[in-house]
Amino acid sequence: MGLLSKKDGKLITDPLADNNPITIQVLGICSALAITAELKASLVMGIAVLFVLGIGNVVISLMRNIIPSKIRIIVQLIVVAALVIIVDQVLKAFAYELSKTLSVFVGLIITNCIIMGRFEAFALGNGPWKSFLDGIGNALGYAVILVIVGFFRELLGSGTLFGVPVLGDSIEKTGVYSIGYENNGFMLMPPMALIIVGLIIWVQRSRNKALIED
Amino acid sequence: MAINTDKNSYTIIFAIAMVLVVGSLLAFTASSLRPNIDENKRMEKQQNILYAMGVNGNEGTGDITFISTDKVAGEFSKYIKKQLVIDANGNEVENKEAYLIDIKKEQAKAKNGGTRRLPLFVGEKEGKTFYIAPIRGKGLWDAIWGYVALDKNMVVQGAFFDHAGETPGLGANIKQRYFMDDFVGEQLKNTAGVFKGIKVAKGNNDPVNNTKDDHEVDALAGATITGDGVSAMIKKDLKLYLPYFKKLNN
Repeated sequence: MGLLSKKDGKLITDPLADNNPITIQVLGICSALAITAELKASLVMGIAVLFVLGIGNVVISLMRNIIPSKIRIIVQLIVVAALVIIVDQVLKAFAYELSKTLSVFVGLIITNCIIMGRFEAFALGNGPWKSFLDGIGNALGYAVILVIVGFFRELLGSGTLFGVPVLGDSIEKTGVYSIGYENNGFMLMPPMALIIVGLIIWVQRSRNKALIED
Repeated sequence: MAINTDKNSYTIIFAIAMVLVVGSLLAFTASSLRPNIDENKRMEKQQNILYAMGVNGNEGTGDITFISTDKVAGEFSKYIKKQLVIDANGNEVENKEAYLIDIKKEQAKAKNGGTRRLPLFVGEKEGKTFYIAPIRGKGLWDAIWGYVALDKNMVVQGAFFDHAGETPGLGANIKQRYFMDDFVGEQLKNTAGVFKGIKVAKGNNDPVNNTKDDHEVDALAGATITGDGVSAMIKKDLKLYLPYFKKLNN
């Protein structure tokens, strides 16, 4: 990799699998439950977190030597809240439709523990470039799980993907519905996200025994 | 750079500086973008009102599509013939900026014992007259609102709903076309002329909504509270227009 050294590359690839923020660190579960009933929302949330975590990590990293340790959590919270609000305002002024889609996520981003977790665990102790990579990596790891969960919940719960019916029409009984298949409304409920995340954790740990703690 | 960041005085100075910097940054962003945001909100209202009366860019069974922002002002003055403000007795006064009336403030006024102004937009399209009324209520997390287009017998001709923060995939689906389209043809009054509203009902055994006179539409899965909010705002807010429609038909 020309651009990234091996060590830097690991900052991006590790959170995608063996140090995934959701399945290994078990952070960001709240938003993973809340918005994964459909694939589109999962993807939008993933992109939004990517943006905020990438920039936020750099900002915190640049400030790491001057932040008083007693109030560092509050400072982190202010940085992320300010970032999100500024982005929200700019979108409201110049991309109104997009901002309406995103407005639901604003509160969820600010309170997302992955963001605070990475600020605290990484950006406070590392330089801006590394922090940026770490932010991107963790956000991608988060987005991957969100998209997987969103895919199954939307497919099995509503029979659609990105809002497009893929299994036939559930009311007119076409496609797979003609042979007696029914949408599982239960998949739309938040607890099912936890169960899917649990299944992902199971699969991941059965493939890589090193991840099992005793 | 050897600053002692553990000192109390440093902590306090840092906190004050941080608040000042971030505060002024946010204030600057907010005030410099305000005109753009207000303009967007104004156009959105016009788009929503036109959407309810069927002036929109919908194609086939796709997503909801509004009249584009560059055309909306022209279309609004073309299709909306009159903007009225109604009082509790059904008397009308014309008001060219009735669409800018903030329903939230009007509801608060009524709550505090004041008189509520009721905006109503009279639209005309292909020889048909639409009476479009704004409604506002509570969903699960935040406000929900909408515009309902009626004919003079208070039969729904079109509806538009929106929300501030309902759950994507669940309550947020009130903004989906299939939900809004379900309201078309539903009657707000029963045959005896009594106001019934429209209930977002679970288990009414009519998912495609063939029965139009049952005052019920099919609910959304996993969105009971948002659905109840829609029923409630239709019942509460549209009932206030009853005197006006009584006068209209006399």
